Amino acid sequence: MTSQSKIEVAALRKCFGDLEVLKDINLSVEPGGVVALIGPSGSGKSTLLRCINLLVVPDGGRVRVGGDSFAFGTGTRLPGVKELARFRANTGMVFQHFNLFPHMSVLANVMEGPLTVRGLPKAKAEPLARSLLAKVGLADKADAYPNKLSGGQKQRVAIARALAMEPEVMLFDEATSALDPELVGEVLAVMRALAKEGMTMVIVTHEIAFAREVADRVIFMRDGVVVEEGPAQQVIDAPREAATRAFLSHFHKRGEAPAATA
Amino acid sequence: MYHWDFGLVWTYRWLLLDGLGVTVGFTIAIVVLGLVMGLAAALAKLSAFRPLAWLASAYVEVFRCTPLLVQLVWFYYAMPILTGIEMSALTAGILALSLYGGSFYAEIIRGGIVSIDRGQTEAGEALGMLPAQIMRRVVLPQALKRMVPPLMNQSIIQFKNTSLVSVLAVPDLLYQGQVAAHDSYRPLELYTVIAIIYFLALFPLTLLVRRGEARLATTD
Ligand SMILES: Nc1ncnc2c1ncn2[C@@H]1O[C@H](COP(=O)(O)OP(=O)(O)O)[C@@H](O)[C@H]1O
Ligand SMILES: [Mg+2]
Repeated sequence: MTSQSKIEVAALRKCFGDLEVLKDINLSVEPGGVVALIGPSGSGKSTLLRCINLLVVPDGGRVRVGGDSFAFGTGTRLPGVKELARFRANTGMVFQHFNLFPHMSVLANVMEGPLTVRGLPKAKAEPLARSLLAKVGLADKADAYPNKLSGGQKQRVAIARALAMEPEVMLFDEATSALDPELVGEVLAVMRALAKEGMTMVIVTHEIAFAREVADRVIFMRDGVVVEEGPAQQVIDAPREAATRAFLSHFHKRGEAPAATA
Repeated sequence: MYHWDFGLVWTYRWLLLDGLGVTVGFTIAIVVLGLVMGLAAALAKLSAFRPLAWLASAYVEVFRCTPLLVQLVWFYYAMPILTGIEMSALTAGILALSLYGGSFYAEIIRGGIVSIDRGQTEAGEALGMLPAQIMRRVVLPQALKRMVPPLMNQSIIQFKNTSLVSVLAVPDLLYQGQVAAHDSYRPLELYTVIAIIYFLALFPLTLLVRRGEARLATTD
């Protein structure tokens, strides 16, 4: 764990009532690094991701993104709403169900963060938003409302909206799981381009082939612990742990094996 | 067989129009003040600060669970004795009806706010918005759309409730009608005409609400 890393999570713990969802999680992501989180449903992937931007407040451990760091647990003070908001403004998050603002146009969705949080004047926020919409291939949808878009388009708007905060890191929580299969590709293409540009990303995904191709490292979680972690191709092609092998075998059977072995 | 004579009512037209003016003005005042009260109570009920939420609940339940007429009489007769604060019948009426309306508006507004998907709040939080910004820019605009028909319904009820202030001698439509009825010895005609005036004022509003509800059903 060097001090050079962009994201650092140390000894992270989270309980919901009696259920211990994260047990001593350690994780660090280099600047420009892409980490894929995989694991069965209920293993704590979303909770871990939400702890990284403090959408869920951990019970113990430390979370650092860039230069902002918070410690949790006994003897620490819980961050106030302003500190939390400032911390989150520096991390972009993309949700499985998009969560676009339905009462705002696509352009207004993307401008919301810059206007309300960063306090940019409209004259600056609008060109920024338009350039990001162009980047995700939706320049022509600026005036549309979210309910007129396909799922793939909605998710690309959501990515543009998160990027408009010019965050240091991007977090993706099953960004393609709610999409019809034919719409998955366009969203993955945007994520792939972001990774190429050097964005630091943590991706929760069931797209194993995509994880193998785009991620530098893969973390396999089960029951709130990291079972296996390593270079993407090694973990996916030659997992060391039996649990990882068992989990990945579902995907191979479903024909989602990496292109190299298909 | 009763012999109707509506011609006589016409001589009281200015008196009744005066009363209608007071009723409409009064309704506007208690709807606006009630909405302010209701919004404040709804936000307080949703607040994480327990004593505030508890206080708001107590207010809502007290005013929802006691008859409006009792509240009116209490504010006008009992409160001055207990607190020494004297108020005109008009002030007592506005106060009681606004607080009463506010307790119902509060539940409608709270219901509208909690009906908005939690993901909307999370999206705002993820952008770094503050809770008040999320409420104002994300949640309330969406909730408002759903709240408008029930709020309109409640306001129609408030319009009718204003007739109760006639017991405090506030010169509203009903009170002026009573004056005219005594004066003319024609209560049947006058109360019938008053009923018709209330109906003509409110029926178009109910149609508007129904249209709004239908439009909501198609866009949601
Ligand atoms: N807000 C919450 N309250 C209570 N339990 C929760 C909450 N969020 C998640 N959980 C529980 O925590 C566990 C891990 O959930 P999650 O992080 O969503 O897993 P994953 O994303 O890997 O499917 C699950 O058992 C889930 O039911
Ligand atoms: Mg999940």
